[in-house]
Formats: sequence, C-alpha cells, structure tokens
Amino acid sequence: MTNATRRRGRAAAASDAPATGAFRRRGRPDPAARPAGAAPSRRVRPAENAIAYAFLAAALVCFAVFSWFPIVRGVLLSFQRENFVAPPTWVGLDNFQRVIGDPLFVTAWANTGYFTILALIFGFAVPFAVAVLLNEIRHARGYFRLLVYLPVMLPPIVTALLWRWFYDPGPGLFNETLRALNLPTLEWLNSGDTAMFSLVLVSTWGNMGTATLIYLAALQNIPGELYEAAELDGAGVWQRIRHVTVPQTRFVLLALLLLQIVATMQVFTEPYIMTAGGPENATVTVLLLLYRYAFVYSDFGAASALSLMLFVALGAFSALYLRITRSTG
Amino acid sequence: MNRPPSSRPRLLRAGAVLVAAGTVLAATACGGSADDGSGDGRVTITVNGRPPEAQAVERAMFDADVAEFEEAHPEIDLEAVEGFMDPNTFAARLAGGQLEDVFYVYFTDPANLIARGQAADITEQAADMAILDSVRPDALDVFRDGEGRLYGIPTANYSMGLLYNRALFEEAGLDPDAPPETWEEVREAADAIAGLGDDRVGFAELSANNQGGWHFTAWMYAMGGQVVDTGGETPVAAFNNEQGRAVLRYLHDMRWADGSMGEQQLLEFEDAQRMMGSGNLGMYLAAPDNVSQLVNQFEGDFDDYGLAPMPGGLGTLAGGEGYMFNPAATPEQIEAGLTYLEWRFLNPDRFQARIDRSLDNDAPVGLPMPPTPDIWTGEIREQQEALRLENANVPVENYQPFVDAAEQMPTRIEPPRAQEVYAVLDTVMQAVLTDEAADFDALLGEAETAVNELLARPS
Repeated sequence: MTNATRRRGRAAAASDAPATGAFRRRGRPDPAARPAGAAPSRRVRPAENAIAYAFLAAALVCFAVFSWFPIVRGVLLSFQRENFVAPPTWVGLDNFQRVIGDPLFVTAWANTGYFTILALIFGFAVPFAVAVLLNEIRHARGYFRLLVYLPVMLPPIVTALLWRWFYDPGPGLFNETLRALNLPTLEWLNSGDTAMFSLVLVSTWGNMGTATLIYLAALQNIPGELYEAAELDGAGVWQRIRHVTVPQTRFVLLALLLLQIVATMQVFTEPYIMTAGGPENATVTVLLLLYRYAFVYSDFGAASALSLMLFVALGAFSALYLRITRSTG
Repeated sequence: MNRPPSSRPRLLRAGAVLVAAGTVLAATACGGSADDGSGDGRVTITVNGRPPEAQAVERAMFDADVAEFEEAHPEIDLEAVEGFMDPNTFAARLAGGQLEDVFYVYFTDPANLIARGQAADITEQAADMAILDSVRPDALDVFRDGEGRLYGIPTANYSMGLLYNRALFEEAGLDPDAPPETWEEVREAADAIAGLGDDRVGFAELSANNQGGWHFTAWMYAMGGQVVDTGGETPVAAFNNEQGRAVLRYLHDMRWADGSMGEQQLLEFEDAQRMMGSGNLGMYLAAPDNVSQLVNQFEGDFDDYGLAPMPGGLGTLAGGEGYMFNPAATPEQIEAGLTYLEWRFLNPDRFQARIDRSLDNDAPVGLPMPPTPDIWTGEIREQQEALRLENANVPVENYQPFVDAAEQMPTRIEPPRAQEVYAVLDTVMQAVLTDEAADFDALLGEAETAVNELLARPS
C-alpha cells in the first residue's frame, strides 16, 4: 500500500467513526444516535445560527474587501489601461509586453534571484547555527535570546539607516574598523560588486531573530534520550547534529525555507532605503521595479502585470515545494 | 461580579449585531458623495495644502488666510484639509473619490497628470483672470498642454542655484561674498573645502531615486544644453554630446581626482541637507526654499548660508508649486477654486498683508520664496521686490547674486516623461560617482538608446 492510499484509508476510517460528543453538542442531527422517525433531542434556534452567520459575515466582508477584491482587481488591472477618471480600457497583453520589454526586467529578476540565494545561504544557515549554539548554552540563556531577538524589534527603516552609516566608505564603522586593523577597505553599497551582499547582511541581521527562536523551540522539543543514545553509540558533535538534530527539526527547517524564499523574493525595504536600486541597477529588485511602475510612473497596468508574474512565480514555487515535501513523506 | 447567565446570549447577539452593523457601515463608507452644495447658491470646495499640526506657525497663518477668505467670499464654503502632493496615494484618492477639488502639486507633476487626463481643463474658467498676464509665462507653461490649454495655476516658482556654506567658505580662505560663477570655480572651491579635512565634503551631488537624473538635467541646462529635444516630430534624447561629457568630466574629476565629493554616494536630497545642516558640506545644487529648511530643521543660522545662480549661467531648471483641479469638479467649483487661488496667491493687494503675517510669526521674509515668491513679471515683480527688500528679516545680501540673475537666466522646465528619463540618467550619475573607470561615451550612448526607446513608447 502506498503512502497516499494509506492516508486515504485512515481518512475513510475516521469518517466512519461514531460522532463525538462535541459534534452532538453543537446541535447537529446525528442519525446514528437516535431511532429513525424520532424527533431530534434539541432544535436549533434560528437566532443561534444568525449570530454565527453575523460573525462569519464580518470576516467574509473583511476578507472580500481587503484581500479578495484587491487580488481580483489587480489581475483585471494587468490587462487594462486605467487613469481612474475614465472607464478602464482593455489592452490585452500590452502591459505584459511593456514589462517584459523593459531593459530592467531581466536585471530585476536576476538581482532578486541573487538576493534570494545569498539570503538563503546566510538567512537560513546562520539562524540555525545560532539556535544550536543557544541551545547548548547553560548560563544567561534569556539574555542571549533577547540579544539575538533585539534587531527584530527595531523598525526596518532604523535598521537600514543605521547600516547605511556602518557602510559609509569614509567615516563608516566597518571601514574605520578595517583601517584600524590595517586591512583593505571595501566600497560596500557604493560598488555593484558588494552592494547586494551588503543588503543581505542587513536583512539577515534584522530578521534572523524570529527564525532563531523558532529553531530553538524545535530544538528544545527533541527528546534528550536521542542524544544520550547517540552519545552511547559514540557519535560526536557533528554526527549528533547530522543524525539527530537535523532529522528531528526537518519539518520546521522545510517550513521556514519556504517562508524564507517567499519573503526574500519580495525584498523591497533594504534596496529602497539603502541604495534605491543602485549603483547602476545592481540592486533593482522585482518589487522595487513594481513600486516604480506604480508610484513613480503611475503605470498601474504595468505594476499589476509584474505583480501577477511574481504571484505566479511564487505560487508555482510553493506548489512545487509542497509536492516535493509530500512525496518525501 | 458574576453576570446573570441569561445575559451572555444577549450580549453575544448584541455583539453580533454591532459587528454586522459595523461591517455594513465600513462597506458603505467606501462610496463618498461629492456634494458641491450648489443647491442654495453656495459652493463648497475642498482644498488641500493645510500644514500639519507639527508646523504650528504655518498652520496658523494658513487658517487665518482661509477665515479671511471666507469672510470676503461668503458664497464660497472652503474646506481645507492637510496634505500635499503624494504620488503614493494620489491614484487611490482619485479612484476612491477622495481627491480634493483643488489640489496642491509640484512643478514635476502637471505634465504627467495632464497626459493621463487626471486634472480638469480650466481654460474657460481662467480666461478672464487678467492677473495671469503678470505671471511668469514659463511658470504658467508648466500647467499647459501642447495645445496651450490650461490645467492649473502656479503659486510659487523656484529655480535651482548653488547653495553654499558661507562659514566653511571663510574657513577655507574663500570669499563668501564672491561665490563660484563657473564650474571650474566650483571645482576649486570644493577642493579647498575638502582640504580642511575632518570628513568635510566640498560639493555633494545626488544620484539615487531619480534625483541623480534630475540634477544631471540641471547641470545640462546650466551648460546651455537640454536633456530631451522636443523640437522635432517625436522627442529625442539630447545629452549624448560635448555638454553631457563635460558634466560627467567635472563630476568625475571632483570625485576621483580631487576627492572633494566625499566617499559615500547614492545620495538623496535629505542626505545633502543633513550634511549641509551639520556644517560638513560646502556646496550643493538647490532651490532657495532649502535655506529656510536648513535653518528650521538643523537650528542653523541664516547668516551661514548663501545662494548663487547656477554656475555657467546659461540656464537653470525651474521648479515650483501650484494647484490643479479634480477632473470631477463642477465648473462652479473650478470658478470658486480660482477665486480662492487668486485671492490668496495672485493678489498684489495682499503682498503687504502676507509679509506682515510672516513677520508676526517670525517666518523668514526676504528669500525668493513665499511670502514673496518669484512668479511675477513687469511692474508687479518690481512692486514685490521692493517690499521683499524693505521687510526682510533675513540677510538678503547673501541671496542677492541669485535674485539678480534670476530674471535674466533662461529657465527650462523638466523634460517629457521626466521620472522615467531621470531613472535612466540616475545610472549615469551613479556610474561616474562610484566607478573611477567609468566610460563616459559608453554611459551616455547607452542612456541615449534607453531614453529614445522610452520616448518612442506611448505614455
């Protein structure tokens, strides 16, 4: 029997099970629990349902107004020309052609991909390593956890402006330190070669606190007996991490990987505040380009077309990810 | 205290009703109604530009003006709201019916708003405004389309000049009363100021968020050139030439040969202001309103700043502010809006009253900016100039070289598709300021191709 059929089998068995008490308490008729033809023990009062529907309506309206309608409107807008005064005109695929024909289109996707890869290397591995370290620390645990989480509490704009000063090639903190150590200085944000890497450092520093705490929680759920057994079998530190820690936190690692990719593909704050896409377009990302279309050039059609492309790309990636994780059990 | 058991369902029901009612209210609140109140002969208009509470002095002066206007024009009910032009919210406000009937714009906005049909044509209503004959034609042209139809009214006009730190000039052994007149002199002065050490920067130039392209345009105009040639059937790029190369050469030499532009690049306007406000910057290109911003934000001294005309003197980039009209405004609302704008901004009879109000509130008088904006020509300009000098509470002699040159210096407005053109030129500025080996010909050639492609595309 394959995994899938096993799951289906379990689901079918669950649906055949007798209704629970909780199910009956909600007042639903339970045919198995009463003789045929007998009246239900308790009638549902219409007012009770009305209350439920009223609460449900509020949630539905909120989702419809603030999520679903904008999404649908955005999709429509990507096929329209709109000035918000006259009725919109349908332009077919013109907006997509305009976006794809933009010389910055390929640059923006390449930069976003580059940022995502760098952010995964640093933003994925570093918090995990820090979490493993924190998990091993026996003294002042709360203090160290707070220290790691503190940057998350800083508003992103403050983080970005702070790091802009760190990166100043003249009197900035990093180059001053390098000079004091008689080491060669870097151009940081001023150079196309180092600008994106510099942004990734900022992003990792600012966001790793949350991921670290989640990893830490997962690590603390690993039963100590497993490590004891591994140690008795003669496993060293690396072998314990490889054969106990990583497999035991696999689900959290995979979930955060997906979230990390979805978040980093939408990187905006750091390049917007720190480099405005420069130097020479080295840090123009998809979202920064999208922002320019909408709020600098007022071309909402092009902005919607690009956002639809990003939506499809992220959707396809998420589907692929879910498929892979399901097929690997 | 224990609540009686029976009250819980009632509470729940009441809560549900409240939530449902709130939801309905929220949904209906999205559709506002545009009532111009014309039923009883009165016209109601909404106007933005009211300063925020944080700017108490400016807000008080604004409110006093509105009260005086309503007293003089009881047939007009003016609802003043906070806010200026914000490209991030403009489209949403227009789409949601929330845009004011009369709205504030910078000179960078009208061309795009007119092209997209997002402002009302006021040609008919403004036809009998005789005062417009005395307004600078170049400022009015900012609000006209290609066929000469009018879509707004300028209320202040700035042209760009060279803002310099007089204190640093003195410290570097330069004469603050003889500011640089050519780019070569700018370079020498920048070198001298940077030579003071302590991370002093001689000359700062912008290169991020399209502001690099904007300033490259100002440089081109000052060199007698232009960025886009609009004379032909279709506009084409006009910067890949000797003037364009000269701009890049000066910037490159100051940045790399002299080291007088500091090391941190990708600067924006706020960065230059911060550097100047903290006393570490010698010069940057700016409009006169920057002087009062520097004094206000950094608690500076008017005596420390000077303003000179654009080096080279062959032209300057015009900037400024004005008001346009909601495309949904009725003709009566447009008439009422024009009455307000003429009374408040284009009213020689109120020159003295506006100056007095600024003096009473310790606001600067004497700079070529409100309350004495540089938008007039002919006799009215002379009348305002006399009042400006007579009532000044700032050292006007520090800005006199700029004012003297302003009337004669050719001003040019921004190129078509300005922001898109600036985005392309940003990369040119960034390359020169961050790459010592930048190839001028290649940069200008690539930018020319990109600008021509975007100009050929329908907007």
